[in-house]
Amino acid sequence: MIPAAFEYVAPTTVADALAALAEGGDEAKVLAGGQSLLPILRMRLNAPETVVDLGRIEALRGIREDGDALVIGAMTTYADLLASDLVREHAALVHAAIAEVADPQIRHRGTIGGALVHADPAGDVGAPVLALDGELVITGADGERTVAAADFFEDLFTTAVGDGELLTAVRIPKHTGWGAAYEKFVRVAHQWSIVAVAATVRMDGDTIAEAKIGLTNMGSTPLRAKAVESALAGSAATATAVGAAAASAAEGTTPPSDLNGDADYRRHLATVLTRRAVLAAAGR
Amino acid sequence: MTRITVTVDGQRFVDDVEPRTLLVSYLRENLGKVGTVVGCDTSNCGACTVHLDGRSVKSCNVLAVQADGHEVTTIEGISTAGGLHPMQQAFHECHALQCGYCTPGMIMQAIDILTDNPDPSEEEIRAGLEGNLCRCTGYHNIVKAVAQCAAAGKGGE
Repeated sequence: MIPAAFEYVAPTTVADALAALAEGGDEAKVLAGGQSLLPILRMRLNAPETVVDLGRIEALRGIREDGDALVIGAMTTYADLLASDLVREHAALVHAAIAEVADPQIRHRGTIGGALVHADPAGDVGAPVLALDGELVITGADGERTVAAADFFEDLFTTAVGDGELLTAVRIPKHTGWGAAYEKFVRVAHQWSIVAVAATVRMDGDTIAEAKIGLTNMGSTPLRAKAVESALAGSAATATAVGAAAASAAEGTTPPSDLNGDADYRRHLATVLTRRAVLAAAGR
Repeated sequence: MTRITVTVDGQRFVDDVEPRTLLVSYLRENLGKVGTVVGCDTSNCGACTVHLDGRSVKSCNVLAVQADGHEVTTIEGISTAGGLHPMQQAFHECHALQCGYCTPGMIMQAIDILTDNPDPSEEEIRAGLEGNLCRCTGYHNIVKAVAQCAAAGKGGE
C-alpha cells in the first residue's frame, strides 16, 4: 500500500513549520515520528496535500530540567525517553508507560508529541501525562500557550491543538521519589491497550500519602480515577485497602465496546488493573 | 520529486524520489536490495526491519525522504568479508527459521537487541522481538539463536 501523492516540506525551525502549515491550510498534515500517520496514509484513510515533517527541527528534541518540572521536546522519541535518567528519576510513570508502547522498532521512531496530538484513546502516553498533571506547550502564529493535560484531550483523536498550531513541548511536574507502574492489558503482543492503568504514588512509610491514577481506553480521552485517588490518600498499602479503593476505578468512565471486550468487561478490568498498578507502584 | 542522499550498506546513493515512497520500496525497487522484504505492510510484522542510523526501524513505516542524510543498514549489509554475520551464523546453526520470510527482519532486530543489551535474558530476548512475527511459530529456535550469539559475545558486530 502506497500513500496518495503529497507535497513534502521538511523545515528546520518551528517558525518555518508554522509558515508551511499556514500555507497548507486544511490540507496540510504534520508528520512527527510517523508511526501512526504512515499507516493512515498507506491505508488512504487520509490523503493530505502537504506533509510537514518536523523531523529536522532539532530544537523540538530533548529532555531538560526547568525548576520543578521536566520539559520534554515534542519530537523526543520513546527510545530517548526510556534512556533518560531524568525521566526515570522525576517522572517514573512516563518511563513505565512508554516501556509498554508497541515494540522496539516503533519506539525508535515514535514521539511523545506525535502520540499526544494523535490522541488515540488506546494510546499509552496520554494517561501518564494526565496523571502527572502535565502541561502541553502549544505554539502558533501568536506565540506560545500552555494547556493543562486535563483540558488538552477533547475527544477521540481531538486535542486543544488548533489549526495552524503545533505541540512543541510537554512539561511534567517532577514527581521525584514517587513509585510508578503501568498495567496494560492486551491479548497478544504489540497490541493497543484494551485497558491500561497508570498509577503513581508517594509513600510515607507503609502508608500511601498521595496517589495519581490515569486510565487508558476507558472513554474517548484519557481519564483520571479521582475517586480512587481520594480513597487512597492516607490509606495503608495493603492488598485489602487498595482493592477496596480500586473498586471505584470505573466510576464516571464511558469505555467502548468492541471485539476485544464490551464496556462492562472493561469496567471490571479497570478495577483489577488499578489494584495491581497501585500495589506495584507502592512496591508491594 | 525530492532529491535524497542516503548511505545504504556503506554505499552513498543520490536519487530523486516521490515523497510518498516508503523506505522499503526505495530499498527494493530503486536499489534492488530485495533482501529486505515486505510482510504485512501495516507496520505490525517487522519483516521489513532495517537499521536507520544504527537503530532498528520498520522500513514500511518510514518515508524514503525521512532517511535523507542518514545511514541505512539492511540484511544485505551486515556480513563481513563475504562471511555470515555472527547472528546469521547463529540462526543457521540453531535452525531458527522454517519458511525464512521473517528472517531478515528477525536478524536485524536481534542485532539491535544486543546493541542495547549484550547479555539479555530469555525474557528480554522475547520482549525485544515483540515487533517481529513468525507465522511458522518458530520463535523457540529464534530465541535460542539470539542467546547463542550473545553468549559468543559477537552480537553487535
